[in-house]
Amino acid sequence: MSWFTEHSLTIVTFFPLLGAVVIAFLGRDRTSSVRWVALLCTLLTFLMTVWLYFEFDSHRAGMQFEEFRIWMVLPPVNYHLGVDGLSLLLILLTGFLTPLSVLVSWSSITHRTKEFFLFLLALETGMIGVFASLDLVLFFVFWEVMLIPMYFLIGIWGHERRVYAAVKFILYTMTGSALMLAGILYLYNLTGTFDLPQVLDHLTTTSLLSPPAERWLFLAFFVAFAIKVPLFPFHTWLPDAHVEAPTAGSVILAGVLLKMGTYGMLRFCLPLFPEASRDFAPIVCALAIIGIIYGALVAMVQPDLKKLVAYSSVAHLGFCVLGIFVFNAQGMEGSIYQMFSHGVSTGALFMLVGMLYDRRHTRLISEFGGLATSVPVYSTFFLIVTLSSLGLPMLNGFVGEFLIIVGSYHSRALYAALAAAGVVLAAVYLLWMYQRVFYGDITNEKNRTLPDCNLREKLILTIVVVVIVAMGVYPQPFLRRMDQSVASILQRVEKRTLLFTERAPAGHLGAGR
Amino acid sequence: MHFLNYIWLIPVLPVLGAAIQLLLGRRLSNKAVSAVSVGLPGLSFLWALGCFFQLLSLPAQANHTFTKVLYSWLPAGAFHLADGSLAHLNVYVGFQLDPLSSVMMLVVTGVGFLIHVYSIGYMGHEGGYYRFFGYLNLFMFSMLVLVLADNYLMMFVGWEGVGLSSYFLIGFYFHRKSASDAGKKAFVVNRIGDAAFLLGMMLMAVTFGTLDFLPITEAARGGRFAVGDGVITAICILLFIGAAGKSAQIPLYVWLPDAMEGPTPVSALIHAATMVTAGVYMVARSNALYVLAPTALALVGAIGAATAIWAASIGLVQNDIKRVLAYSTVSQLGYMFLACGVGAFGAGIFHLMTHAFFKALLFLGAGSVIHALSGEQDLRKMGALWRKIPTTAWTMLAATLAISGAPLLSGFFSKDEILWQAFASPYGNKLLWSVGVVTAGLTAFYMFRLFFLTFAGNSRVPHEVEQHIHESPSSMTVPLICLGLGAVGAGYVGWPKVLGGSNWFGRFLDPVFENPALRPALQHTWNLEFGLMLLSVGVALVGFFGAYRWYAKQPGIAERVAAAAGAGYTLLLNKYYIDELYDALFVNRAKDLGSALAAFDLGVVDGGVNGVGWSTRMSAELSRLWDTWVIDGLVNVLAFVVKVLSYPARVLQTGLLQSYAWFITLGVFIFMVYYLIYF
Repeated sequence: MSWFTEHSLTIVTFFPLLGAVVIAFLGRDRTSSVRWVALLCTLLTFLMTVWLYFEFDSHRAGMQFEEFRIWMVLPPVNYHLGVDGLSLLLILLTGFLTPLSVLVSWSSITHRTKEFFLFLLALETGMIGVFASLDLVLFFVFWEVMLIPMYFLIGIWGHERRVYAAVKFILYTMTGSALMLAGILYLYNLTGTFDLPQVLDHLTTTSLLSPPAERWLFLAFFVAFAIKVPLFPFHTWLPDAHVEAPTAGSVILAGVLLKMGTYGMLRFCLPLFPEASRDFAPIVCALAIIGIIYGALVAMVQPDLKKLVAYSSVAHLGFCVLGIFVFNAQGMEGSIYQMFSHGVSTGALFMLVGMLYDRRHTRLISEFGGLATSVPVYSTFFLIVTLSSLGLPMLNGFVGEFLIIVGSYHSRALYAALAAAGVVLAAVYLLWMYQRVFYGDITNEKNRTLPDCNLREKLILTIVVVVIVAMGVYPQPFLRRMDQSVASILQRVEKRTLLFTERAPAGHLGAGR
Repeated sequence: MHFLNYIWLIPVLPVLGAAIQLLLGRRLSNKAVSAVSVGLPGLSFLWALGCFFQLLSLPAQANHTFTKVLYSWLPAGAFHLADGSLAHLNVYVGFQLDPLSSVMMLVVTGVGFLIHVYSIGYMGHEGGYYRFFGYLNLFMFSMLVLVLADNYLMMFVGWEGVGLSSYFLIGFYFHRKSASDAGKKAFVVNRIGDAAFLLGMMLMAVTFGTLDFLPITEAARGGRFAVGDGVITAICILLFIGAAGKSAQIPLYVWLPDAMEGPTPVSALIHAATMVTAGVYMVARSNALYVLAPTALALVGAIGAATAIWAASIGLVQNDIKRVLAYSTVSQLGYMFLACGVGAFGAGIFHLMTHAFFKALLFLGAGSVIHALSGEQDLRKMGALWRKIPTTAWTMLAATLAISGAPLLSGFFSKDEILWQAFASPYGNKLLWSVGVVTAGLTAFYMFRLFFLTFAGNSRVPHEVEQHIHESPSSMTVPLICLGLGAVGAGYVGWPKVLGGSNWFGRFLDPVFENPALRPALQHTWNLEFGLMLLSVGVALVGFFGAYRWYAKQPGIAERVAAAAGAGYTLLLNKYYIDELYDALFVNRAKDLGSALAAFDLGVVDGGVNGVGWSTRMSAELSRLWDTWVIDGLVNVLAFVVKVLSYPARVLQTGLLQSYAWFITLGVFIFMVYYLIYF
């Protein structure tokens, strides 16, 4: 057991890859065993992430489950893993969503099944690796590696314009990565290390970084993450990628990949460049709020269900970014909570849309109507997930939104007012969509004989709904686990600011606050 | 048994019913569905009664207040308040029972239970029986959370919950587009109010550092804030916008008339007796804040009075029996806000309580009429039903008299107290009072218009329908009779001093509404109060006789008056075209904006991205051209030059041994000649 405890993060990270290797050795025609291996492997990974979640000591500050091995001596790149409350939750989310993605792909992926699950498992390793790495190069490697399976998932198993979407996705993200890589190298040049904790120490204790350089570095990292989030106006790859991706791709994309953007902001932008973060905060908040309202309005008029959900993601992620850049505990905890709950709810929405697509091979809202009569069970699940997405209290979406609005109120009342307007709009577009798809009489004969959810689908959706309700009714355990990490990020932002203001001329004091 | 300690059972029992219905209901028989879904709210009513009596027996120095905290729901962490002190915002799942919430709790569970019973008969023939009861139970849960919460956020949980159940129930007949439209409209309009409520809460959180009722009330009464404090005024106005959404006040009232698309028991329970009064409850609950914000109070009073007369005027001419009642509800809610606005919160809650009885009864009676007429709702196709459905007719008469303010019925006491407070309270004025009195006259008129058109005169019922007219089953008439007793008698708990009573109800609520900042009541003579009471009774009589003359005695006059009024009549009939105005101003504009932004997104934002992609490809193409023609061209030119220059050499380079031998011989010969000549 102790061996497992010592290497738990490595095992969690690479266990899915092991599954991928096993699948690689299976015969091409043994699709059933491929599926079962994938499911088993992702389930075990999930159990391990749950174990991490319960073993995590929420009273301790700093990284836990740390592992450190020297990888290269020159340049000094290390294999350094560790989690805090922030990455813990995201790893849990990854662990939770991947088996569900395997399940939703169970019968809808019919060609090249082996490769599909192979890529899915490789993707999981990449994602967990991103959240667990504490070395800048290691992080960057995982960040890039993860793109490749995703590229293939969209490009091979996607819909009509899949190649365009896949290329757009990868090029857009890589543009950001290139900037980030330049930033990483500059930091190495400055501090002589790639190790994140050490870089942080260097930057906090010394004044190596001049304010203009800090601003440029912030931008380099920030743009990479903003593309990933995606923050307005970097969001247009998202609807394309979502529409073209297979269901599992959309689930992972919305559920986990987008969170890497907000994760990166919290892990790198804020602690490394606190001054610049403060300088840019008004602009970032403005973009986030534009995203919230703009995303909602654009979602309202989308004719395609997946696009609608994709734009709703833009709005929801706007909330997350807003929560981060108001620099207080409420906003930040709300933001992290919203990341998790958006992963669950939007992931579930994509699964639901996928199930509908499996039956009707279309996602156009105008093709539907009156589904509540023909598929009542499916409609009920859809309704609950819709309600969680629009932030009904006692479901998961509300907790994050509420905390973010409280936090932004502390910062500036106007932010909160505009964000609250976004809450109203969410009700508009989601309920309107629900009405057009499920209510009224059946107008299209094809919809009359649709089969309702089968056992597998019911299983998936029940699990999701249980999580949605549990997170809404009792959010405490999640919130407690992030307390220490949020406090330390905030402390860093504050401390650096104090250091600077102490040195600054008297007239400058407190200008940033 | 200690009822109070398990107060959470009151909301939890109905939600259990909802869970059973929505998960298993499809497999249950109608009997089993009714047993579960009516039985559980019934139990919760009994539990509420137990709690109420235990509350009464609590020692008086505790102000009859009991709180029970279950667990910490949303711990939001520490932050600095506006005054610099550190606060820990932590929201608990907790319940509070005091005189105010106990009144609400009894109204909700009592009237709610009766309406559940009534629904057994009314919905008996409808599809989706289990679904209906599931939603109805869900509503009971949310409403009870709303009124029993001990903090604003839990209240908001119930607040959103009732909005959601209302959305489900309005859209219950989801095959009809009008029904699902109405459900969505209700939810969205409510959400506008909710957003303001949410912001009000934020402001409270940063001002008080808590969202719990008791500490906020204590702080507000503690003298920390001056009367007229800007922050408090802002909080009150935001809360009131929230209340105006939920309680259908100007300008957010438009959803309530449409909500009549729902089944009639729903209209009775949600859109008359309970949910729509949540806004009044919330304002009354926040009374300690409102007395610090006279501006907000004045706004509440003005909006209340304006809504009362505005909705009553629309109600005068509507032809759908349920719509008349819907506008009447909006108007009566206006009365309740008028009461709150003049600082008479107790009077507002008193009217809320009596209104719950007679308005629920009116709706259920209307439902019974509709049931008897096989679904007909148009007043123009009714008439002369008095003898055919006598129980319905008698109970409806009681309710109509009560709402019109007939002396010694419940509505008389509560409405009169409001009118008196509007006149006599230091916050009131003669304008508010006269609007209230005119509205009282209009109320008597439209209610008796409805009554006469339905029950008196000649039958205008189509022949085939007439044959099926029948009195409703006892599951429907018994609730009617129970509510009828309430409509007649509920006012006696507040028998006013002017008539020699002691207003027990008012004294019971007093601990909740005692505020040091409240302006002291003005002194008035008994004669004045009694005279005004007579005057309002007289105005109601005028309304009654108007309706009697136009609709009972000489039917036909009404049409002539309508024709004479022309444009004015059309304006009223079309509800002042407010829906059309909102569509033109907001709904369609929002959709346009959405479409414009979508086009912008596709054209400009994504166009930009694709443009970058395109220009990258173009520059690659240019590089290719440059590469082929210039760079590679230069190389080729160079090669060509070399090739041209090397041409002679190539000519010599033949590879033939003989010619090389010949060249060698020739060379040797040339050198020899050269030597021979020069040396």
